[in-house]
Amino acid sequence: MSGEDPAAAFRIEAGELLDQVEQGLLDLGHSLADMDLINAVFRGLHTLKGSGAMFGFDALAAFTHHCETAFDRVRKGQVPATADLVSVILSAQDHMRALVEGDAPAAEGDAILARLQLALENASGAEIPVAEPVSAPRGWRLFFRLPADAMANGTNPLTLLDELRELGEAHIVARTDEVPPLGDLVPTECHIGWDVTLVGDISREDIEDVFIFVMDDMTFEIAALDDAAAAQEDSAASTEIADTTVADSPKTDEPAKAAAVTAARGGESIRVPAERLDELMDRVGELVIAQSRLSQLAHGGDDLVLRSVSEEIERLASELRDTMMVVRMVPVASLFNRFRRLVHDLANDTGKQIALVTEGESTEVDKTVIERLFDPLVHIIRNSCDHGLETAEERAAAGKPETGTVHLSAQQSSGEVLITICDDGKGINRERVRAKAEANGLIQPGQVLAENELLSLIFHPGFSTAAQVTNLSGRGVGMDVVKRTIESLRGSIDVASTEGEGSTITLRIPLTLAIIQGLLVRVGNGCYVIPLAAVEECIELSLEEDLRSRGRSLINLRDRLVPFLRLREMFATGTKPDTHQKIVIVAIGNERVGLVVDQIIGNHQTVIKSLSAFHSSIATFSGATILGDGNVALILDVGQLVAMGQGVDSEEKIYAAG
Amino acid sequence: MQPAEVLDVDAHEAHGISWSERDELEVLTFELSGEVLAIEAIRVFEILDVLVDTIVPGAQPLVDRIVNFRGKIIPVADLRLAFGMERTERTVDSRIVVIELVLDGEVTMLGLWADRVLEVTTFARSECEEPPMVGMRWKREYVRCLARRPTGVTIVPDLKTIFESVLLDKTLN
Repeated sequence: MSGEDPAAAFRIEAGELLDQVEQGLLDLGHSLADMDLINAVFRGLHTLKGSGAMFGFDALAAFTHHCETAFDRVRKGQVPATADLVSVILSAQDHMRALVEGDAPAAEGDAILARLQLALENASGAEIPVAEPVSAPRGWRLFFRLPADAMANGTNPLTLLDELRELGEAHIVARTDEVPPLGDLVPTECHIGWDVTLVGDISREDIEDVFIFVMDDMTFEIAALDDAAAAQEDSAASTEIADTTVADSPKTDEPAKAAAVTAARGGESIRVPAERLDELMDRVGELVIAQSRLSQLAHGGDDLVLRSVSEEIERLASELRDTMMVVRMVPVASLFNRFRRLVHDLANDTGKQIALVTEGESTEVDKTVIERLFDPLVHIIRNSCDHGLETAEERAAAGKPETGTVHLSAQQSSGEVLITICDDGKGINRERVRAKAEANGLIQPGQVLAENELLSLIFHPGFSTAAQVTNLSGRGVGMDVVKRTIESLRGSIDVASTEGEGSTITLRIPLTLAIIQGLLVRVGNGCYVIPLAAVEECIELSLEEDLRSRGRSLINLRDRLVPFLRLREMFATGTKPDTHQKIVIVAIGNERVGLVVDQIIGNHQTVIKSLSAFHSSIATFSGATILGDGNVALILDVGQLVAMGQGVDSEEKIYAAG
Repeated sequence: MQPAEVLDVDAHEAHGISWSERDELEVLTFELSGEVLAIEAIRVFEILDVLVDTIVPGAQPLVDRIVNFRGKIIPVADLRLAFGMERTERTVDSRIVVIELVLDGEVTMLGLWADRVLEVTTFARSECEEPPMVGMRWKREYVRCLARRPTGVTIVPDLKTIFESVLLDKTLN
């Protein structure tokens, strides 16, 4: 054991176990008869109890023991799993979390145990759901191989074989093909696999139960034995396996075993403090810069050897950077899973029937982004459940299915992740939004507003249409916080809503905070980066057109007037405009603005650096980035520029009107 | 040039006005438009050959340039502007002195332009005096003290006051 606090290690492990148990319980809530889930929950509780006792968390072990016992009865089919029972165990699981942290009131534990007892009693009265009537096959043919360290970890293969024999008539043959030569043999390691033919009316679950505690790490193959094959295979197996030197026998099971191993390895991961990754990222950034200097040097001379080394390094550096960029990415599944509990609790609190459907969990996003998305999503989902979805009666009256659905999906689209929260509730009541906004003085009575302008009022600070403040939402602090958080992630938020049919909120979030895909442009002598996500198109601004438009800063783009900003003037570069100036049209939501630049250099993917305290208040720039040659380019803050452009726009409209 | 190799001043004195026990101060001197300025050597992080700088439109003139210093983006200040002097062209001797300052409680790294870096030397307390009330071209509060040296008068600027006033201005804007 290392010098680290074992209790801390246990807390981390317990946290993960409890997460698994929670997910299992939530799934179980939907399919009460699923034996796999019941077993998974039981295994989780069992391990928690065991390790808890081992690390001196006695209160936790004692408490968990009761829950484990309850689940053991469910597992053995003595008591059916009921929604009630699942919900009690869920709250028990919260209590376990508190016990792990060491701040759990004992009275609460007792209350939960009392409720558990009650739920069990009620459940025993209920009918046991009939397990799916699988016609049990005449027997099974299975192969298992324990991990090499199984015996060191306290598993006795003989006990397992005995348990199998108890199930029915068993024919067991050992596979010794993996036993290493005597010189390499470590006597405490287990290298033998077993082929077992079990004949009799045995269910698959019974067999799996034998391996319940070693299942995760072992190689296990099982197939039903049909009567014709049974006898034949039996004899074939015995002849084949008796001769353990048969050359192809190890080969045949090699792929299957390899697959089993990869499956187990798939979930393997290492915890690394985020700052170490940041440091690594900085180093990689520096390496890329040093490399580009090397490559300039190499291309300047005639040394072919130097040039080939430099190209090799260039390739490695760019691969390293690509790898670095994906290291920080994690699937959104970890985020989405946390909302299942939230929706479960919300359904209980509101008495509504709510189903959460998630989609695209494998979409990957930077870890920091994921962490910062949690709070805004909680607000949005609460709003959907509390304000959006109706009660079962209301829904039935409106001719909708009684269970309301909240659809949470993630999808990647060119450097951005779209997260959509969609409910099939009653939608946003525009009249109420308008009335409230007028009452708060946000808009003038009778002011004409576009659809999206009206809906975006819900993001205004202090705005909430809930007639009654509930403990869930309605304090009017939610949506503006949501908007601010999303904007701080350089994302944007859109609302769409159809009355009577539901609302959809779409968040557009950059994949990562650390890296930007940008359009590199030149204004005067300086290079600037425009976030590519905001760029809509680039058009040319001819000199004549530029001169003609001196008086106004609007261009006609497909019958729409788009305001534009001359960056050269804004940045006071003191240079003459290029003859072929370009306008980069950028957009945030539906607002567009054109940025006049001297030259478009191209795409540029790079690490974002923040500006020092001296420059953080300059609204035009959101950060800076280091170019390939080591020089610095500023990143334009498109949101601010669009706002400025719109300001120009309205001034000119007033001017035009006057 | 790494400060740690050159200096033996205790690190914990880095952020105060710190005369050593023998009433001495280790400084790095550099030239700026003919004047000689000195900054506490303990603050100096590195001296760079002139890098290509980037102008930040809209920033205050004193700190309107940034450079890439080992993957960090740091502002570069031309102290001439704080003392009402004109910017000059860069020469082969121009350097950027990278220093660390504590401004408003935060450690800030920034670069200072120098026409020429002179030497690391020691000032005795007796050589130094408060800036006079009259007869100064510069804002008195920007000068911490003047040192009488055989080669002439060396100015020890009060970097903390200079840059905190820039930050303050920024907040007002």
